[in-house]
Amino acid sequence: MTATAAPASVRIGSGQRVTLPRVILSEWTKLWSLRSTRWSLLLAFVAQAGLGPLIAVITMSRWSHLSPLDQATINPIDRSLGGWHLAQLAIAVLGVMTITGEYTTGMIHSSLMAAPKRLPVLWAKLIVFFGVTLVLMLIAAVIGFFGGQAIFTEHHVNVGISAPGALRALIGSVLLTTVTGALCVGLGTIIRRTAGGISLFVVVFFVLPGLVDILPSDTGNAIDPYLPSNAGSTFAQALRDAHTLSPWGGFALFCGYTILVIVIGAVALLRRDA
Amino acid sequence: MIEVTQLSKSYGDRLAVDDLSFQVKPGVITGFLGPNGAGKSTTMRLILGLDAPTEGTATIGGKRYRDLKAPLHEVGALLEARAVHTGRTGYMHLLALAQTQGIPRTRVHEVIEMVGLGSVAHKRVGSFSLGMGQRLGVAAALLGDPATLILDEPVNGLDPEGIRWIRNLLKGLAAEGRTVFLSSHLMSEMQQTADHLIVIGRGRLIADTDMSVFVSQASSGAPVRVRSPQLATLEQLIVEAGARTESLEDGAIQVFGLSAERIGDLAAAGQIALHELTPLQVSLEDAFMSITKDSVEYHELMPTGVGAGADIATDSEATP
Repeated sequence: MTATAAPASVRIGSGQRVTLPRVILSEWTKLWSLRSTRWSLLLAFVAQAGLGPLIAVITMSRWSHLSPLDQATINPIDRSLGGWHLAQLAIAVLGVMTITGEYTTGMIHSSLMAAPKRLPVLWAKLIVFFGVTLVLMLIAAVIGFFGGQAIFTEHHVNVGISAPGALRALIGSVLLTTVTGALCVGLGTIIRRTAGGISLFVVVFFVLPGLVDILPSDTGNAIDPYLPSNAGSTFAQALRDAHTLSPWGGFALFCGYTILVIVIGAVALLRRDA
Repeated sequence: MIEVTQLSKSYGDRLAVDDLSFQVKPGVITGFLGPNGAGKSTTMRLILGLDAPTEGTATIGGKRYRDLKAPLHEVGALLEARAVHTGRTGYMHLLALAQTQGIPRTRVHEVIEMVGLGSVAHKRVGSFSLGMGQRLGVAAALLGDPATLILDEPVNGLDPEGIRWIRNLLKGLAAEGRTVFLSSHLMSEMQQTADHLIVIGRGRLIADTDMSVFVSQASSGAPVRVRSPQLATLEQLIVEAGARTESLEDGAIQVFGLSAERIGDLAAAGQIALHELTPLQVSLEDAFMSITKDSVEYHELMPTGVGAGADIATDSEATP
């Protein structure tokens, strides 16, 4: 028995502390080292950059078949930026999966043992995911907008970035998709299961608006502007629908929902057994 | 040094860990033994801060795991369930962990070579065999060159060569003065690896003892196997000497409470021929079974008697 053996000198590593920048670097590595992430980000980028110009090409090729009213009221801004609908879905799914992928595989145990304060893991995930999607979506939206406008010149319905609502809609489509991603990271932290997290997103963003639509119109119109999907989309569109909040008001509300979800996620991460 | 003090954890109505207290000292390998479902994994998760205790504390070097500033440098852990994203390569998994506390890439390469995963480090973990996954887990545990190692069923899924490798690795780490705490439900594995034993059942402490003490206690009540053409006469002498006998199917008897020497002397005195006189070892497996049999959660896995059957039961459990 060696119970009384004096501990020999243990060579302990230099004892570098866990810091937020280090956890951010770790999350950066984690994000790019998964094939599914790279494909989802590529899909979101192609959707945001390519769908607008594609719609512009279709519109121009069908130009002679459009009614004079359609030709006169064409909305070149929203048509060139419309890819955000699909980009938002791709980023939402990826946002959920950045955290639920860890829970379903057990990776979360490794992550939390490496950073036992826990919250730095969530903050780092949010910062990395928000930063990456922000840069990608901004580039994609610029390509989509100017690409689309270049195609619209064929029938002279193109507008510049200084057109009323153009710059705001461009920034809006970028921020809406990226903040949706952050919201979904929070959602994933609460739900912890991929299918459940994505389902909840789909219910809130796609099913709920449909349900509100079939309410009596006075009730529906009172609720409608405050739904997360509508509060957000008013910010990403140049043309304002009836019964919506102002673009910046809608975005502020959307950010409020996002912060609420993230705070609940953070509390859950701290309180629950991993 | 790991210190567990009056630790309890309940999940709803179920008490998984029940007022558990023990210490794990540096410089030796401490085995954490108990039947499946005894609460070993839960105790380790409580020590590692993954689950919060209902009551009591668990500290490593005097600190709660959550308060460690550079946890991977202080504690290396291998959990029973693989804690790895299957879509990532082994190298990227280790790199991401290393980056959280500034461990350099050279160390990542070092541990990959140390566990013998050099040729598959850039393959996705999803394609790994159970043994390779286990080696990756060991690599992650060693990343920060920690003073304490906590390993939950480390030999699971390893081939005999892998088992020998990890046994020698752990012995080497303990000899360097590190605290090594490993769990197993297999006594035979512990017998060859651990210096000290902590045995639990149903979340409660059953034994906290040196392996040598456990072994000597276990073999003190061992029976002696006897064959003789004059068995009836011999049995009478043995019973008169205050011992107990048990007949075996093959015509031999087992004697409890007398040493082989005393039985031989009795036979010589009575001029009885002996055809066999074999002191039997109670295997540690049997001793483990007998001290934990009241606390086994999964009774259907266990035979009612303690004896040869117990070995069979544990062997079948060991087969992945």
